[in-house]
Formats: sequence, structure tokens, C-alpha cells
Amino acid sequence: MPRLVSHPDEVKIVTSRFGKGAADIDRFLELGGYESTRKALAQGPEWIINEMKASGLRGRGGAGFPTGLKWSFVPKVSAKPKYVLVNGDESEPGTCKDHLIFLHDPHAVIEGTIIAGLAIGAKTGFIYLRGEYRYLIQIVEKAVADAYAKGFLGKNIFGSDTEFEIIVQTGAGAYEVGEESALMESLEGKRGIPRIKPPFPAVVGLYGGPTVINNAETIASVPHILAMGGPAYAAVGSERNGGTRLFGISGHVNNPGIYELPMGYNLKKMIYEVAGGIRGGRTLKAVVPGGSSTPVLLPHEIETLGMDFDQVGKAGSMLGSGGVVVLDDTVCMVEFALRTISFYQHESCGWCIPCREGTDWLKKSLTRFHAGFGTMKDIDNIQYLAENMMGRTFCPLGDAAAMPTLGFVKKFRKEFEDHLDGKPCPFAKHNAPELTVV
Amino acid sequence: MSTETMSIFSPALAARFDALVLKYPVKRSALIPMLLYAQDEVGYVSDAVMAEIAERLSITALDVKNVASYYSMLRFKPAGKYNVQVCTNISCMLRGAYDLFDHLQEKLGIGHKGVTADGLFSLEEVECIGVCCWAPAIQVNYDFHDDLTNDKVDAVLATYRAKVKEGVS
Ligand SMILES: Cc1cc2nc3c(=O)[nH]c(=O)nc-3n(C[C@H](O)[C@H](O)[C@H](O)COP(=O)(O)O)c2cc1C
Ligand code: SF4
Ligand code: FES
Repeated sequence: MPRLVSHPDEVKIVTSRFGKGAADIDRFLELGGYESTRKALAQGPEWIINEMKASGLRGRGGAGFPTGLKWSFVPKVSAKPKYVLVNGDESEPGTCKDHLIFLHDPHAVIEGTIIAGLAIGAKTGFIYLRGEYRYLIQIVEKAVADAYAKGFLGKNIFGSDTEFEIIVQTGAGAYEVGEESALMESLEGKRGIPRIKPPFPAVVGLYGGPTVINNAETIASVPHILAMGGPAYAAVGSERNGGTRLFGISGHVNNPGIYELPMGYNLKKMIYEVAGGIRGGRTLKAVVPGGSSTPVLLPHEIETLGMDFDQVGKAGSMLGSGGVVVLDDTVCMVEFALRTISFYQHESCGWCIPCREGTDWLKKSLTRFHAGFGTMKDIDNIQYLAENMMGRTFCPLGDAAAMPTLGFVKKFRKEFEDHLDGKPCPFAKHNAPELTVV
Repeated sequence: MSTETMSIFSPALAARFDALVLKYPVKRSALIPMLLYAQDEVGYVSDAVMAEIAERLSITALDVKNVASYYSMLRFKPAGKYNVQVCTNISCMLRGAYDLFDHLQEKLGIGHKGVTADGLFSLEEVECIGVCCWAPAIQVNYDFHDDLTNDKVDAVLATYRAKVKEGVS
């Protein structure tokens, strides 16, 4: 069972009900639950969207798109039904925050879904969880059933004349299905191949209807924002980055876990104070700041780095999913790069050639490299391959594979060179991967 | 429909499927959950599973197979009673997942996608399972076991062996 951790610097908003039994609907109500939904129902769509815009909340799924703005793009009138879609596919390596939300506070997700539905005029919401999260699906399904029983969902929610239904859906293992249009395909019972954009989901989404898709953490933040007021939520974070974020710190730290910290919190402090520093008193080698697709940062780059979308972007990486992966000086960067690209090679849906072939060639090159068969030309080739994938694919998975690879090669070129000319991996604890795939 | 009487699924699962196809705005949306729940009961996605699901959704069996082959949790041959899935992705790798995977291979005497001779365990190296902060972690069928060491994982295997002995499934 995932352990809860805590640190005095945390600002507990989304996590405020964690560990308090809030998966139980009566307990949730005791803790102030569903008040925001009642408020939203009384105040109406325009008020909700204005509060959301004022909150400065930006999507927690990875791209950081302003949530209020996204909701405002949905046409007011639509011939086809509109939908709210909650993305609980959570598959970016290094990311396990939504896991805790579903486990400890499923009703916050339900509240957020209803409120999003009220804001855009949708009558149906879907909560899609990755298939591996079976026990969490059961928790969410029970929460939804309890909300129906109380009349919070159904034909006349909270005794009003407004209807809202929620359907819980399971995936069956596929990272690419986390991409918004691939998720819609999957929910329609198809392979998780993304759609060409435009049209964007806000106009043509699920079953062809206008659809708002948001990450589970984004949605779980919504009731808290309405409770405390948009401006108060914004004030917690940094400039243009409202509120808090669930940072998942993993890897070589003493106290890994999910910590809720204000946007803009210093990364160095996050590692050394919040997460208790590097395990075994070793030296920090590198940090992957926001899930495996975000380019690696070096120790000197995190000194004054505030963890928000803009500052991490300026530092040449991305805040992504908030999964901070910490590497100490025992890590072989070639092996780490190989494991990273192997994932994207495995998960490429195969539709576009730069992604399908690019990830495959990168994996082959790095496998050979790690085994000591690399040449100087390979290093440039890896860079060339990755550069040529960038921006040439239908969905961002191609970039997600290329960007970290470029980071590893550029920032650790010396370490790649140390593997050349039949030299064994200087860090080898294991035998080099077998060459069967090359 | 005829599947009610001819179903290859248990009455409980067949009833669940009857309800599932009515749950969505479009019937076909039930496809992926149906495949997974069928696999849970039958052990894998067999031709018979695909044929019945196709009939229930009024699509072709080929359509079903085309979708099923996309998703990594779905398999087309039986696994062990307990399918041990070891995450070796980055967060787990940093905390010893490959040692754990090596240890499990040795302990069970099988490799990636292997099944033990008694059919009790199968082993699989998998991508991130969403418990990175509690690494290294494995998933046995749907149960997570985290913060593992070789010793702890031995104890985990022992609990499953004991379950079989006690007949607790
Ligand atoms: C390959 C790929 C995988 C993704 N996986 C996820 C995911 O697991 N969970 C998620 O919330 N967003 C994921 N996203 C981002 C979604 O496409 C989408 O931007 C997000 O759900 C929007 O929600 P937000 O605005 O609240 O962030 C992924 C994107 C890509 C390109
Ligand atoms: S970039 Fe990769 S995952 Fe995305 S559509 Fe192309 S092949 Fe598929
Ligand atoms: S990396 Fe192993 S669970 Fe995420």
C-alpha cells in the first residue's frame, strides 16, 4: 500500500483529505465535500469559468494548458452531446500522483467532473483509469455508486433540474492512450491511435461531441478552487502558475513520495530538504524533473530553479507530470538513456515513421553502445536521429522520446565517449544487455 | 440474444456484460473492459472469448482481435495462476528492479513471459505500473507489492503459495 509522506513546507489543498477516510461518502461530506458542487450549481457556468481563470490553474497532465481557458473554448450550443473526460491513464514513468487521489479522495474527482460538466453544459462525464489500477477502479466505482444513491448524480442532481451521469472506464495497458485523442479512441472501443488535430477535442471530441479532457489532478483541484476562491488559489503559486502541485519524488532520495508543494518551489530544496537528500549520502548526478519524457537537468541547473511550467521551460526542460526522478553518481547515463528510449519504442503506436522507426533505431544504437560496440559516429547519429524526430509526428510521443535522448547525449557526451571502442560500461553492475535486438 | 444461453462466460459475468453494453452512449465502448474482464475469468483472450464479445457488440471477431492486440495487458495464451509483473522502468530500475527481476527469474526458474511447470506463476517484465515513489514494485495479477527487496519478494511469493495450499484461490 502506498505510504503517505509529509513535510512542513507542504501546502495541503488537493491532499488535504488524504489519510482521512474520505473515500467514504459520509466522511467526505463531514469534511466539507460536495459544498463546491452546490455552489457551482447555484452560481452557474460563467461564474465557474471566471473562478477557474482567476485561479491560474494549468493542466497537471503535462502540457500545462490553462484549464479555465480550455473550458471556455467549448461551444455553448452544440447539436451533439458534450462530454467531460477525466484522464486517469497515468502512465508516464516516474508518475504516480493520480494513484493517491483515486485512493484517498475519489469524491474530489467526482465533484470536479460534475463542476466541469456544469461549466461547459455537459450531461455525461467519463473517468478513465489505466487497467492496472483495478483496485482503484473499484474504489472510484463505489464512490460513483454512493454519489448516485445520495442524488448527487443522476437525473436531478442535488434536487435541481440538472442531469449529470458519470461512467467509470478501464484501460488495458497502453501509454499512448494517455494522449487525449487516443484516449477518446480507446473509450470508443478502438486501438489507441491518436487523431489528427485540428479539430481539437473542445469542438470535436468523444463520439464527435465537444469534449473537455483534463488530468485527474487538474479535476481534483477544481472543488478546492471554488471553495477557496480563484484568486486565493492563484496566490499560493508563482507567477502565471496558480496553486500547488503534487510532486512525486522517486529514485535515489531518502524519502521518496508524493508531496504537495506550491508551484515554483525550488527544486534543490525539494530534493535535499523535502525528500531528505540523496540516499547513502552520495552525490547528485542528474534530475529528470517531470516524468521520463522531460530532458535531464544537471546539479548546477537546479540551484535556483523554481518548479513551475515557465521556469522549468526556460531551463530547457519541462515540468511535465511533476514526476521528479533523482539520480545519484552510481547511474550509467547510457543505460538510463537506453531504458528510457526502450519504453518509448515499446509504446509507439507505429502510425508515423519518424516515431516508429526513430525510437527503434535509437534503442538499437543505445543497446549496441552500452554493450561496448559504439563508435564516435554513433553519438552524432543518435543526436541526428532524435533531432529529426522532433516535430515530425502526429502526436507528441515522438518528441517525448526524442527530447530526453537529446538531453542525455548533449549533457553527458563525455560519458558516452567513455563507452567507446569496446570499453565495458564503467558503471556495469549487470552484464550488458544482450545484442539479440541489434 | 442467444449468447445468454450459449455464453462461454459464467452467469455472473454474462449478466455483467449484458449491463455493460447498455452503459455507454455507444455499445462498442464496452469492448476493452469486456476483454479484460473476460481474460480475468478465462485466463486469456481466446478465440471463443473474441467470438462471443464480437457477437455481443455486433462487430466482427477480426475487429475485436485488432483492438485486443493493441493493449499490453491482454494476452492470447494462458499465464500462470499468479502473473508476476516486475516494473523495470526508470524509478524502479534506480532502486534495484533488475536485481529483483534476476532474483525472480532464478527463484521461479523461468524468464520473461515464462510460466512455471506447475502453472502457479508466470513472470513478466513490464513498463511503469504507477507506483514509482514506492519502488521497486511488482504487480501480481492486480495486487501491488512495493518497496521490495529480494527477501521481501520471497515472502510475497510464499503468501501466494500458501493461498493455494489453503485453497483460498
Ligand atoms: C503520449 C502521451 C501520453 C500522455 N499520457 C497522459 C496521462 O497518462 N495522463 C494525463 O493526464 N495526461 C497525459 N497526456 C496529456 C494529455 O494528452 C492531455 O494533454 C491531458 O490529459 C490534458 O489534461 P490537463 O489539461 O488537465 O493537463 C499524455 C500525452 C501524450 C502525448
Ligand atoms: S508520434 Fe508515435 S505514438 Fe504518436 S501517432 Fe506517431 S507513431 Fe503513434
Ligand atoms: S517506474 Fe516502476 S512503477 Fe513507475
